[in-house]
Amino acid sequence: MSRWIIDHLWLIPAVPFAASLVILSLPNGRQKSAAVLAVAGQIAALVLSFLAFLPTLQTPGFRAVQNFNWFTFGDHALRLGWLLDPLAVVMLMMVTLVGLCIFVFSTGYMAGDKNFARFFAYLSFFSGAMLGLVISNSLLLLFICWELVGLASYLLIGFWIERPSAAAAAKKAFVTTRIGDLGFFLGLLWLYGRSGTLLFYDGGNGCLESAGLAMLGASATFIALLIFCGAVGKSGQFPLHVWLPDAMEGPTPVSALIHAATMVAAGVFLVARVYPVFSLGAINGITSSLTVVVWIGVTTALMAALIAIAQADIKRILAYSTVSQLGLMMVSLGVGGVAAGIMHLLAHGFFKALLFLGAGSVIHGCQGEQDIRKMGGLRRLMPISFLTYAIGMMALSGVPLFFSGGWTKEEILHVTAHWPVSRLPYYFLLVGVVLTALYMTRQIIYVFFGDRRAASDHAHESPRVMTTPLIALATCAIFFSIVLTPAWPWLHDYLTGTAARVELVRLIQPTLFLSLILVGAGLALGIWMYRKAGVQERQRPADTDPLEFAQPQLFRFLENKMWIDEVYARTIIAFSWMSARLSDWMDRHFWDRLVRGFGAIGQLLGIFTTNIDERGINAGVDETTVGTRGLGRLMSAAHSGQIQTYLSVIAIGALALLLFYAWLA
Amino acid sequence: MVGLISALIMVPLVGALALFTAPARNARPIALLFNALAALDALVLWQHFDIRAAGLQLIERHTWIPAIGAEYLLGIDGLSLLLVLLTSLIIPFAFLAQRMDRGFCALMLIMQSALYGTFTAQNFILWFLFYEMSLIPAFLLIKIWGGENRDRAATKFFLYTFLGSVAMLLGFLGIYLARGSFDFATLAGLGKNGLLRGNLAWLAFAGIFLGLAVKVPLFPFHTWLPDAYESAPTGVAMVLTGALSKMGVYGFVRLLLPLFPNEIRILGPWLLALAICSIVFAPLAAWAQSDLKRMVAYLSVNHLGYCMLGLFAVAALPVGAAIDTQAALSGVFMQIFNHGITAAALFYLVGLLEQRRGLRGIGDFGGLMQRTPLLCGWMSVAMFSSLGLPGLNGFIGEFLIFKGSFATAASFTAIAVIGLLVTAIVFMRAMQALFSGPLAESCSVFPDLLPREKIAIIPMTLLMFAIGVAPQFMFNIFNTTVVHMARLLA
Repeated sequence: MSRWIIDHLWLIPAVPFAASLVILSLPNGRQKSAAVLAVAGQIAALVLSFLAFLPTLQTPGFRAVQNFNWFTFGDHALRLGWLLDPLAVVMLMMVTLVGLCIFVFSTGYMAGDKNFARFFAYLSFFSGAMLGLVISNSLLLLFICWELVGLASYLLIGFWIERPSAAAAAKKAFVTTRIGDLGFFLGLLWLYGRSGTLLFYDGGNGCLESAGLAMLGASATFIALLIFCGAVGKSGQFPLHVWLPDAMEGPTPVSALIHAATMVAAGVFLVARVYPVFSLGAINGITSSLTVVVWIGVTTALMAALIAIAQADIKRILAYSTVSQLGLMMVSLGVGGVAAGIMHLLAHGFFKALLFLGAGSVIHGCQGEQDIRKMGGLRRLMPISFLTYAIGMMALSGVPLFFSGGWTKEEILHVTAHWPVSRLPYYFLLVGVVLTALYMTRQIIYVFFGDRRAASDHAHESPRVMTTPLIALATCAIFFSIVLTPAWPWLHDYLTGTAARVELVRLIQPTLFLSLILVGAGLALGIWMYRKAGVQERQRPADTDPLEFAQPQLFRFLENKMWIDEVYARTIIAFSWMSARLSDWMDRHFWDRLVRGFGAIGQLLGIFTTNIDERGINAGVDETTVGTRGLGRLMSAAHSGQIQTYLSVIAIGALALLLFYAWLA
Repeated sequence: MVGLISALIMVPLVGALALFTAPARNARPIALLFNALAALDALVLWQHFDIRAAGLQLIERHTWIPAIGAEYLLGIDGLSLLLVLLTSLIIPFAFLAQRMDRGFCALMLIMQSALYGTFTAQNFILWFLFYEMSLIPAFLLIKIWGGENRDRAATKFFLYTFLGSVAMLLGFLGIYLARGSFDFATLAGLGKNGLLRGNLAWLAFAGIFLGLAVKVPLFPFHTWLPDAYESAPTGVAMVLTGALSKMGVYGFVRLLLPLFPNEIRILGPWLLALAICSIVFAPLAAWAQSDLKRMVAYLSVNHLGYCMLGLFAVAALPVGAAIDTQAALSGVFMQIFNHGITAAALFYLVGLLEQRRGLRGIGDFGGLMQRTPLLCGWMSVAMFSSLGLPGLNGFIGEFLIFKGSFATAASFTAIAVIGLLVTAIVFMRAMQALFSGPLAESCSVFPDLLPREKIAIIPMTLLMFAIGVAPQFMFNIFNTTVVHMARLLA
């Protein structure tokens, strides 16, 4: 059985791909079959992933690869392959499980959309590409799938294509991530040139194995940083994070699956996958590329958490929270906590998908309203959504003990605290913990507590098909903790390839109390600040945010996303557009004239030789009749634009040159 | 199977004559019939082609004009076969693109014959004859059946390419006078140790380079191209970009690289810089266009720039390992083919939009996805293929070109990726303007793809997928040739 699944690992991405193709070729209006096919494909992928999970339990640090020849150019083979190891398997399990919940949720959420079938085709296509990405044993295959998930993301952000804002957001996402991808592409080329292969593992000859790594030498730093560019784009890291909040224009299940749980985490996965390149030649666990990763991560985590405080759109708050959490994962990878980063990625996948689907349920209940200031009091109207959302919120805030996010965040703080380069990232992350609890509290208060406002008057709980996935994901968000605790760090040891032991005493660590205090402080601060949010309080009008009232300038700065979009628009985008106009202008007015100018020189030469010719041969015959008038006619004829004239001129010029050659030879 | 190649060249010519024996309204079906015959011939050629043998095959050699060293010498290697197959695909595709009267069809067939001749002739005089023979039908097609500004565009097209040709002819005359041969293979054998001495070599090089650079076109000799493609009727634009532009790249591979290795080496960085200018400035200019045809035309310049990058990188700086040279050459060959089908498909689709709307400005459409999802879907595929999305054909060629050139010209290659970015921006902008937003009133009665349009576009698009996913069948055509050429360049 284990041999079979290793040989047929490709089936896992192939099944959703096939489902997608079949749905696309269905005649229009076959909504039910589209949904059934997509969900069935996802279930099949989940079952296969579970089958793939089993052999990896046999030995710690299990790894199996299967390579094949994609094509031969010249006499060199370009090989691709797939790979089964703990990192791939945990991603497979998470993607298929979260994916299944979201597929089911979508059948309710998207019901009635006129392009329902197309939605499921795109979603299945995404799932296939994402699953292909995680099992790739070749940086090239990974890159191919990487671009395909980008395509799926583009198609799904712009799914409601009649909305201009959706189309603009889709374009922005594609172009912004492509900037990073080009760095990735160059890194890939460099790596290929150096190590001669793009296979990760190939019986000792792969580029991540010691022989391949040895060939990289000093260029490893640059290769790693170039590859990291791709991760920065895909995972919404500063300075390429600007597309991710706009991507919320897509339908909410898309935001949950692609722009929260799976695709955006691909950047983190990528860094973890090629980690040997990042850590090559590390002294004390530090390399310059990893240091860059840490600082980018810290900047992103803090910046996004700050911006999230001042957003009013329920999905945008979550989007910035995603950006911030991805930054946190990057920090973890950068300081050496690969397992911790991946654990947080998985936990985040569950609780962030939960939060987004919860937000979708709320939006669905409020007839499409997304502004949290217009909601309020929903906890009684939508009890299931409220409870599951609260669980997701606590997991995200990192409430210790019962929630998966608490344990993984703990682990990240722990490794960051021991980073030898600087303590600053650790302190910044602690601030981030407080901020996360703060903005989530604000959101919960606005949406679920207080009085009902405009949008929540007719709110209703969502149908079973939507609440069931919420409950499933909430269960995951809690019970996933079992494999995360220090008392039985099964997942950590599974990922690092060591055998796990149970040690209950390790459950309570001193840092746990620090977390408890920080999260508590964040929650308390949130409750204190926003307890009266949405109602009038002293001089503050009801529709003004308490922070906005207290610190209008700061609030404006954060609300406008630190003006980063505006800065880009006035600098990089303006410059590019100027270059485009300039290129066009140069083409029309400069290059064309320059080339024509050279042509004119040739023409003059031709006239000159013709002139001599005429004079030399014809002079005696009709010198008197031709004279100046003839020359004048000649001149004007030469400018007539008649091709025959030009040709004869050219021919004579050619003859002259021929004579010249003959003379040379 | 002697005579297969001659038959290939003759079939379209006979077709052009046959058109005038039948009623004018049957012109297009008859032309397509002869296209089918030519395609069949090309397939037989492919079948008889030994993919493991290096060098020319199926050679046809006859004395022609011995006094000036002109021989009737035809033969194919992998590259020639690739281009013959491409021509056989593009021409019928172009015939399906629009209504054509009899003269139009006849000229197209003559152009097809000239293309076959150019890609198979192995003696300069014969080659040049075909090379020029393609020019006149193209000129007339633009001049008579073109759109606005057709006179100006046709004249410009003719003058640029003709001047280039004259320069090239002079260059070859110089070579002939010095070395006494017009035979490609003979000259290539001499090229390694310097074909000519001193200034004469530079003169001959400059002439041939100029002729080919105009034809490709290479920056800054490209300014005729947007005008010509814009004014050309859809079918002609498809042939111009799909097949005719390949004559220039083919010339670089067949003539310039083997004959002037030393000159290219000395000028290396400058040539690479020109290729980079094509790659970067052309898509930037495309971004600023509002006419869809001009936009696609500029992107053609960019795509052929990648070919030039690959060729110059291996020829100018031959320090790379065999794998890099082979990657670059394979990439260039793939790119030739891919650009042929993708750019032709894009022109075809723009033509469909123009037929429906009467205009082709980027702002003349809006919200098409709601009205014509199939047209938008297939057009998106062609666009994604053109911007090099993995899984489609364009990526394979570009990946290999970049792989090969990165080894020898890393900094140039690093700049060249800007072209990939700007191409994406151009297509994203176009897709946003055409497909998204509310349905424009002027587009509200557009029919979606008609059956005859599906027949034309769907096979082309499926071919893009096939090459993108499993390209081995393409590599089989030219792998041996690539190995052979790489060895000569080393």
